[in-house]
Amino acid sequence: MAEPLLRVENLIKRFGGLVATDKLSMEVTPGELHAIIGPNGAGKTTLISQLTGQLVPDSGAIYFAGRDITNLPPYERSRLGLARSFQITSLLRDFTAADNVALAAQAHAGHSYRFWADARKEQPLREAARAALARVGLDKRADVPVSELSHGEQRELELAVALATKPQLLLLDEPMAGLGITESQRMVALLKELRKEVTIVLVEHDMEAVFALADRITVLVYGRVIASGKPDEIRSNEEVKRAYLGDQHAVTSQG
Amino acid sequence: MKSALNLRNVVVVLVIAGLVLLPVYSALTGKVFILTMFTRIIILALAAASLNLIMGYGGMMSFGHAAYLGIGGYAVGILAFEGTGSGFIQWPVALLASALFALVIGALSLRTRGVYFIMITLAFAQMAYYIASSLSRYGADDGLTIYKRSNFGGVVDLSNRTQFYYVCLACLLGGTYLIWRIVNSRFGLVVQGVRSNEQRMQAIGFNANRYRLVCFVISGTICGLAGALLANNTDFVSPAVMYWTRSGDLMVMVILGGMGTLFGPVIGAIVFLLLEELLSQVTEYWAMIMGPLLLLIVLFARGGIMGLLGRFSRG
Repeated sequence: MAEPLLRVENLIKRFGGLVATDKLSMEVTPGELHAIIGPNGAGKTTLISQLTGQLVPDSGAIYFAGRDITNLPPYERSRLGLARSFQITSLLRDFTAADNVALAAQAHAGHSYRFWADARKEQPLREAARAALARVGLDKRADVPVSELSHGEQRELELAVALATKPQLLLLDEPMAGLGITESQRMVALLKELRKEVTIVLVEHDMEAVFALADRITVLVYGRVIASGKPDEIRSNEEVKRAYLGDQHAVTSQG
Repeated sequence: MKSALNLRNVVVVLVIAGLVLLPVYSALTGKVFILTMFTRIIILALAAASLNLIMGYGGMMSFGHAAYLGIGGYAVGILAFEGTGSGFIQWPVALLASALFALVIGALSLRTRGVYFIMITLAFAQMAYYIASSLSRYGADDGLTIYKRSNFGGVVDLSNRTQFYYVCLACLLGGTYLIWRIVNSRFGLVVQGVRSNEQRMQAIGFNANRYRLVCFVISGTICGLAGALLANNTDFVSPAVMYWTRSGDLMVMVILGGMGTLFGPVIGAIVFLLLEELLSQVTEYWAMIMGPLLLLIVLFARGGIMGLLGRFSRG
């Protein structure tokens, strides 16, 4: 197996008495689409937030492309090529779609201590923005303020923003959340395209989408990995079945 | 909104034209009073414009902005007192001192957000106020009289009322132009992005706090210039220019005119100070009228006067 792009070792995060991430270890190999699933409260978003640096783990380590990033702030991780989309859409609402994406491109095209020239007239940034918007099918909506975009469009814009940072690894936190059936199908089609170019970690509740897309699946329950493997292995795994049938005590007493 | 000929722009152009021609009017009618009054308005408009840069565009509610008026003023006053009369030294020192002060209090207070940020900037400004009050060599509470205005050799004579007026106006228009460039630059977009969603900006690769700090320093420096002008205008500097009510006045000007609009603070300063002047002629309790008026603006016209004008021009 190739050198992992992302390696998590014995990660622990506690919120008071609650252990949200419990000695969690996992690896993501370059080029794969790695899904993380688990019941509500399994600690999926907590894990993503530690991977991107919004939360600092109590112990354990995170390696990205061979480098220890456990203590790096979010903006430096982004520089290294780690991008995320948010579960609850998190965009610059008073900016246009194009501005949102162009800013992401700007963050990765030299420094931004430039005080004089009009940034909206920097062609390379605008073109990068247009390309990323076209990628997700939003090119016609480039000049619309985010607050006037539909929920589905905002989810797509989240993705375009992440893409514009030219990531090596894309962390997607429930990209289908709140989407209708047709919108979900569009998103799945889009992710099928993207996975050819970039390594993806996908947190998702939509099981149909997960099993359609993932190369490997890691199952979390109470902040622990209870199974990790190919979709077929996960489907037939007894522990996973029990977790999803709601019989979680049986799982934890064994773990 | 897209067309250049909307009510907002017409008002802005008329106001600028009025300010440019004011000395002519003053000379023709012999009303000196109006020129001195508007000199003060223009200086405080510059201070309000600098506050708008962090408050309107940067989302940083500084409640201590008057501190820079005092620091800029004391730089001029103290240097004049110690025998350095040249404006070429006084003004750069005023800017530098303001920038340094902004750097220090910014680095400390930008760790906080919201109400805490408001309180900590207020606390720092009050500290500056009390420090100035204790400078016994420089007049302490009573303030410091400046016997000679900043000397710019043969370039410009600040003792000449009209010339001084135009220097102030040039500073205001130049400062506003600078802010306009900054707001639309890479840097400006980052700062506005951080105001809108800090977490998102961190996630796409921006060190949000560093950008906020630089913005805070630029704003303080511009306000320091206003401080140097104000001291020259009154030929006097005292701790009172830094008092928290003055910081509050600046905030009111920005909100009244329209936060996050380029000319809002200028319009706000003119309206606020003219109202203060007119109302105080009617009653000494002018604040009792000003207060409810401001309340109405905040409740029903959240974009301030500029917001109202924008609404009318859209029909």
